Amino acid sequence: MTSISATATVAPARRGSRLRRRFARRPTAVIGLFGVCVVVVVALLAPWLAPYAPDASDYNAILQPPGSPGHLLGTDDIGRDLLSRLVVGTRASLTAGVLATMLAVVVAVPLGMIAGYYRGWIDPIVSRVTDVVLSFPFLILAVGLAAILGPSLINAAIALAVSQVPMFVRIARGEVLSLRETEYVQAAVVNGAPTRVILFRHMLPNILNPLIVQATVAIPAAIIGAAVLSFLGLGVQPPTPAWGTMLSDAQQYVSQAPWFATFPGLAIALTTLSFNLFGDGLRDVLDVRMRS
Amino acid sequence: MTQPMNQPRLEVEDLHVRFDTDEGSVLAVNGVSFALQAGEVLALVGESGCGKSMTAMAILGLLPPTATPSGSVRLEGRDISGLSQRELRAIRGREISMIFQEPMTSLNPVFTVGHQIGEVLRRHEGLGRKEARARAIELLDLVRIPSARTRVDEYPHQMSGGMRQRVMIAMAVACNPKVLLADEPTTALDVTIQAQILDIMRDLRQELGTSIVMITHDLGVVADIADRVVVMYAGHVAETGTVDAVFANPQHPYTLGLLGSVPRPDLVLADVQERLAEIPGVVPTLRQPPTECVFAPRCPRADESCLTRMPELTETAPGQRAACVHPGPAEAEQKEAVRV
Repeated sequence: MTSISATATVAPARRGSRLRRRFARRPTAVIGLFGVCVVVVVALLAPWLAPYAPDASDYNAILQPPGSPGHLLGTDDIGRDLLSRLVVGTRASLTAGVLATMLAVVVAVPLGMIAGYYRGWIDPIVSRVTDVVLSFPFLILAVGLAAILGPSLINAAIALAVSQVPMFVRIARGEVLSLRETEYVQAAVVNGAPTRVILFRHMLPNILNPLIVQATVAIPAAIIGAAVLSFLGLGVQPPTPAWGTMLSDAQQYVSQAPWFATFPGLAIALTTLSFNLFGDGLRDVLDVRMRS
Repeated sequence: MTQPMNQPRLEVEDLHVRFDTDEGSVLAVNGVSFALQAGEVLALVGESGCGKSMTAMAILGLLPPTATPSGSVRLEGRDISGLSQRELRAIRGREISMIFQEPMTSLNPVFTVGHQIGEVLRRHEGLGRKEARARAIELLDLVRIPSARTRVDEYPHQMSGGMRQRVMIAMAVACNPKVLLADEPTTALDVTIQAQILDIMRDLRQELGTSIVMITHDLGVVADIADRVVVMYAGHVAETGTVDAVFANPQHPYTLGLLGSVPRPDLVLADVQERLAEIPGVVPTLRQPPTECVFAPRCPRADESCLTRMPELTETAPGQRAACVHPGPAEAEQKEAVRV
């Protein structure tokens, strides 16, 4: 497993080796990176890692405790292997988290950058709409949107993305607002660069750091959001396993079979923690102010 | 001295810039005119806030949206003051370019210097990646960056301030512009590096025939490199003329004040200059067209006649003009002092 963490380093090219060393000096960040890698690998290799098909039920082995023969983490109320469901469920949860965050970034970053660069009439409009969206609690907005859009993995991701757009808009806008006054942006203008080039070639690489860090916060938030949505029946539909739906199924058996709820809960918690630790580490390493 | 040619490279005529702010209008530039010949270096001199940089920004059409410019800017006879942003973009960097004061922040930290110089060439001259890189190396050589071939792939943070300013100059002259606007290019550098940068600019003007507008408050720089000087005060031209004439025989009390505030070791040794003269007060912010001489509140020569109108530029000697009711060399003041 150590080889995984070594190959999946995220540091950008060229200054990579320096950043890698700084990153490696932070044990919590390395643990976070390791956790993220494990989750990603499990999601990618899910069909091969799962010992059973996630929807294969065995009515002779219902609510088996962990460690029972053939079922490492036990079985659920209709005899499906919990380990298999957890492993395959990683896909839906991670997809929702990553897809939602990617969608949010793609929409929000250009919007925020344009608002911050042009100011004028477009900035107050974008900012006020952002404020309005931001005034709804993240999950309430996501639940409301998912209910309107209808239950499916993609719709859940869209709903979560919309709820995440405001944070990315704010970051992009704020960063561009300060960058547009810097002299190298002025120099680009003076050298005749068109606005498109200034925004996306000169400014975007300079605002990537805070965006990457926000993304590592947004992904676990979206994973939890996806779990909540599927818990409420607004996300992935049965029989496809997802961590949220597993929790929802386990709800009635908490006293009889506590492990049923424990493992998906643990998976959500550990994945979230990994992304958060990794994000903290990335922020420390990438933050210009902390560079010597 | 530069020979007057049939058509100046850059001609600024009666340039005004007004800012409309919440507290009313501010008149930043008021009727500045000058002409720049091929290969000539013109210095715009004055204190902070006197409108030097705004003049440069107005030439490039880069004033903030709250500013209203008027007057004309002609580049080789073609009026560029009314052009659209699209048309101006084709001019910026190719025919007129600019270098800034702060070399530490004037380069984009995420690209190599070669990439940044090459970008200008790719945009304006349509060069390919390889050609642009080769040209970038030549340009780094031109601005005397040692081992340009390896330096071209370095990032700005790997270079010193003087080095970065040279990269900025390389970038600015990449397309062989007709006019280079240099806004305090040496202010942030230490003195030995300043001299090198001025040397490079002198070479550029000789080798490429670039006309340079040097914006500065440093009279040493002016004396070093400029052919002609425009002394600005509160958005007005106070005095203009050849550097030799203005330095040898300043007519406007403001010019005198500026010259008097420069340490002159020779005069100190000769017991002429005991302490540096200062000009009391600060540059006023003009909100309305002045009804009196703008310099009158700070002027040792001011009297009632100065309060009736803003004086116009009048010729005091061939090729030298001053906007003063009582123009004259410093001796006038000494006599005045004796009389009082």
